[in-house]
Amino acid sequence: MTETLKLDGPSREALLDRAAQGAIGRGLDRPEGPLKVTGQAGYAADARLDGMVHGVLARARQTGTITDHRLEALKAMPGVVLVLTDGIPRNPAQGAVPTAPPAADGVAYTGQPTALIVAERFEDAWHAALAYDPQITPVAHDLDPETAATVETPEDKQRADDGWQDTWDAAPTKVDVTVTTPSLTSAPMEPHAAIAMWEGDQLTLRGGLQMLKFNRKSLADALDMPVAKIRLLAPYVGGGFGSKLGVAQEAVAAALAAKQLGRPVSVVMHRRQVFEATMRRSESRQRIRLACDDAGIIRATAQEYRVSNLPGEAFSEPVARADRAFYATDKLKITHEIARIHRMAAGSVRAPGEAIGIPAFEMALDELAEAAGIDPLELRLKNTVEADPISGLPFSSYPLADTLKAGAKAFGWQHRPPRQQQEGEWWIGQGLASAIRGHFAAEAEARVSLTAQGAIVETDQTDIGTGSYAILRQITGEMLGLDPADVEVRLGDTAFPPAFGSGGSAGAASSGTAVLLACRALRKRIAASLDAAPDDLTLKDGHVIHGNRRTALAQIVPQEGWCEQGHVAAGDISDKVRTTTCGAMFAQVAVNAVTGEIRVRQMHGTFAAGRILNHKTATSQCHGGLIWGIGMALMEELHHDPRDGAVVNRDFAQFHIPANADVPPLSVDFLDAADDWGGPLGALGLGELSISGAAGAILNAVHNAAGIRIRDMPATPDKVLDALDKLGS
Amino acid sequence: MRLILTVNGADHAVDLDPRTTLLDALRHDLDLTGTKKGCDHGQCGACTVLVNGQRINACLALAVMHDGDEITTVEGLGEVDHLSPLQSAFLTHDGFQCGFCTPGQLVSATAMLTELHDGWASHVTENLTETLTAQPTSRAEIAERMSGNLCRCACYPGIVAAIEEVVVRSRADREAAE
Ligand code: FES
Ligand code: FES
Repeated sequence: MTETLKLDGPSREALLDRAAQGAIGRGLDRPEGPLKVTGQAGYAADARLDGMVHGVLARARQTGTITDHRLEALKAMPGVVLVLTDGIPRNPAQGAVPTAPPAADGVAYTGQPTALIVAERFEDAWHAALAYDPQITPVAHDLDPETAATVETPEDKQRADDGWQDTWDAAPTKVDVTVTTPSLTSAPMEPHAAIAMWEGDQLTLRGGLQMLKFNRKSLADALDMPVAKIRLLAPYVGGGFGSKLGVAQEAVAAALAAKQLGRPVSVVMHRRQVFEATMRRSESRQRIRLACDDAGIIRATAQEYRVSNLPGEAFSEPVARADRAFYATDKLKITHEIARIHRMAAGSVRAPGEAIGIPAFEMALDELAEAAGIDPLELRLKNTVEADPISGLPFSSYPLADTLKAGAKAFGWQHRPPRQQQEGEWWIGQGLASAIRGHFAAEAEARVSLTAQGAIVETDQTDIGTGSYAILRQITGEMLGLDPADVEVRLGDTAFPPAFGSGGSAGAASSGTAVLLACRALRKRIAASLDAAPDDLTLKDGHVIHGNRRTALAQIVPQEGWCEQGHVAAGDISDKVRTTTCGAMFAQVAVNAVTGEIRVRQMHGTFAAGRILNHKTATSQCHGGLIWGIGMALMEELHHDPRDGAVVNRDFAQFHIPANADVPPLSVDFLDAADDWGGPLGALGLGELSISGAAGAILNAVHNAAGIRIRDMPATPDKVLDALDKLGS
Repeated sequence: MRLILTVNGADHAVDLDPRTTLLDALRHDLDLTGTKKGCDHGQCGACTVLVNGQRINACLALAVMHDGDEITTVEGLGEVDHLSPLQSAFLTHDGFQCGFCTPGQLVSATAMLTELHDGWASHVTENLTETLTAQPTSRAEIAERMSGNLCRCACYPGIVAAIEEVVVRSRADREAAE
C-alpha cells in the first residue's frame, strides 16, 4: 500500500509537535559518519571492479569544427585500449532535466572534452590524453557578455509596472547602483566521476550525481536505451552544490566505453576539467534602482540584469526571481537579459539566482539607508511585508523582521557612521544583509520496512553532505517510536523508490515527507492489529502505548515485517501562498588601509526555515553558506581569457576558495517553528539560504569600516586600494 | 618497477609504472580508496598521508620514492567500531558534511598534533620564546596549521572545534600523567 499526499494546503503532522520519542530536531551525529571518518564510505570513483580500465577525457584547445581527431598515434600509445570521440556531450545536463545532455557539434568552448582515452593503467590514459591534438578549423564566437551580438530578453522574465517612472521621479531619496559578479564555480571537493559496468544490456553506473531519478532518464536518453535497464548508485557524493545536478560528460563517456570494451570503465575528471568543462555560475551585471519616501518606505524598485550562457541552454541565472517581492515596493521594473556567448556552459551553482542577486540587492539597500540617513537595520524593518506586494499572496511564514531583530541582538548590532573605528592599519566595521531564498515542494517516494529489529528506509534520495541519512533516520524514529539507532537508511540507489534528489534545497522536505507518509501507513497497520485508531497510539522506545497497555512492537510486528511506501506530490500550494525562507546575517570586518586586505572577523546568522530537523547538520550547512559568502565577497572569481573565453585559473592554486584560516568565529541560530504549509514536516529548504545574501553583509561591513563601496566582486586588495585612493586617504 | 610499500603496517610488494604517484598506487594498486584525489596538484590536501609520521600530499609523490617507508592512510587511523580520538571528535563536532575531504583532514590533523607536541612553530605563533607545549593552543593556531586541507562544504568551524577538543584533552591527560 502506498500512503499518498498531495500538498494543497496546511498539512502539519501533530505527532512531530508532540515528539514522544524526542528524535526530531535533535543534533544527532551523522549515522554514516563512522564510515566517512575511516575512509570506508564508497564514493563514485572508489569501486574496484574486476577488469576495470581507466578513461581520461581529453580537451580541445580551441573552438571550431574538428576536421580530424588525429587518433592514429594515440591508439598506438602504450596501454591504450580505446579512443572514443562519438557521443561525448557538449556539456552537462541542467538540473532536474530528464533528457540527454546537449550533443556536441564541434567545439563550443575552449577546453570542451571531445575524446576519451581508455587504457589499462591510469598513467597510460593520462599520457595519451595529454597528447591528444585534434585538427580544428577555428570559428570566431562572441565571448564577452557585454558585447555579445545575441542578447535574449524572454518575455516572461520582464516586468514594467505602469507609472514606475512617475513614482521614481516623485520619490525624495533614490539610489542607482550597479553591482557586477564574476563567473563562479561549485568546485565540490570530489571531482566528477563515473564507473560504468554492463551485464548484458543492463548498465550499472556509480556516479557523483545529485538527482538520480532525473539522471537515470537523462542517461537513458543519451544512450538511447530503456530507463529500466539502468541502475545508478550514488550512496556517497563528495559535494555537489549544483554541479552534479545533471548527467555530465564523464558518465556518458564511461557508459559508452564500457559497452564497447565489455569491461568496467572508470572515468574521473581531472580537477582542471571540473573547472573548465562542467558548469559555471554566470557572471552578472546587476543595476538596481531604489527610491523611498521620507519615512523610508520603498516606493519604486528597478532591477536590470544581464547574465550569459551558451546558445541553446534553457537555463539562465534567475537573478530576479526571489528579491522582487520580499520588500515593500509600489512599482517594480525587471529586465532580464541573456547574452549568448561561448564561455563554458552556465548552470546551477548553490542557490542559483539568490546567491548573487540578494547580496547585490542588499548592497543597494545599504546605499539607500545611507542616502536616507536611516540605520540599515531600521530600513529593512520598515520595509518587511506581510504579503507578496506584487501578487498579493500571503506568505506561509516570513519572519524576516524577527530574524533581523534576533540576529541584531545576538551579534550586538550598533549602527555607526563609516570610518569610526581604527586599530593600527585596520579599519573596523559592521554590516548586515537579509537572507532570502524561495522554497518549493517536490515529488518524492520512499519505502519503510518495519521488523522486530527496527526499521529500514529506502529511497534514491542522495546525501551530498546535506544530512539526508541523519534526518530520515530521525523522522522514522519519531514516527515509529524507535531509537534512531535502530533505523537504517539506505540511499542513492535507483533500485529504491524515486525521490526528488538533492537540488534547490528541496531534498530534505520532500524525501522526509515521503518517509513520514510510509511511517503513517505503518502506524495504521500497527493500529489495525490492536483494533485501535492510529491517533490513539503513542509509539515510544520500541513500544506501543494504547490506553493503559504498553506492548513491545516486537510482539506486534510479524516475523517477516511490514513494508509500506510513501508518496508526496507537489499540489497547488504555490497558487495559494508564497513559501520562502529568510534570515539575517551580520559581519564584522577589518580593512587594511595599507595593503587593501580584508579580513572577516566575525559572522552571525539567524535563520528561519520552518522546522529544523537536525540542529547539528543544519548549523553546519549554514556555516557553509556563510563561508561561501566570504569566498564570493573576497576571493572567488573565474577569469576568462578575453581571446578565447577559456577559464584561465582552473585549479585551486589560482581559484581561491576560503581555507580554514580565512574563517572567523561564526555563530548560527534558528527561529525553529514548523511552517503549516511546509508539508507534514513543517520543514522548508535550508541548504542554500545562508549563501543568499552573505556576501552583501561582508561588503556592507567593508563600507562601514573604511567608507568604500566595492561593487565589483570580489573585493580583492587592488580594488580596495583603488577605492581608498579615490577617497583620498 | 618493483618495490615494497609498507602501508598501515602491512608490506605490499608491487610492480609499478614509475610514473605512478603514491596516491594512485594506494588507490589503484592497493585498493586503499580511503585516501582521496581532489586535485592531483598538491592544492587541496584530500590525499594527505603520513610518511614516517609526517604529513605529505600523496599526489605530489611518486610511489617509487617511498620504497620501504612507513605509510599511514586514513584506514590506519582507526576502525568503525574503534575510532581514534580525532575521528570521534570529528563526528561529535560535525567536522564534515560530504566527507570527501575528511580522510585528508584527519590524517593531516593527526600529524599536526605531533607537530604541536614537538614544538614546531607556525606563521601565527606569537610567542616563540616559550615552548609551544607550554602555551595554550589557540583556534587561530589550529586553523593556520589546517589550511592546507580545503573543505568546500566549509566545515572549518567543526574541524577546528574537534581538533581543539583533542588538543585540550591530550594535554590534560599528559599533565595528569606527569
Ligand atoms: S589531491 Fe593531492 S593535494 Fe589535492
Ligand atoms: S566535508 Fe565536503 S569537502 Fe569537506
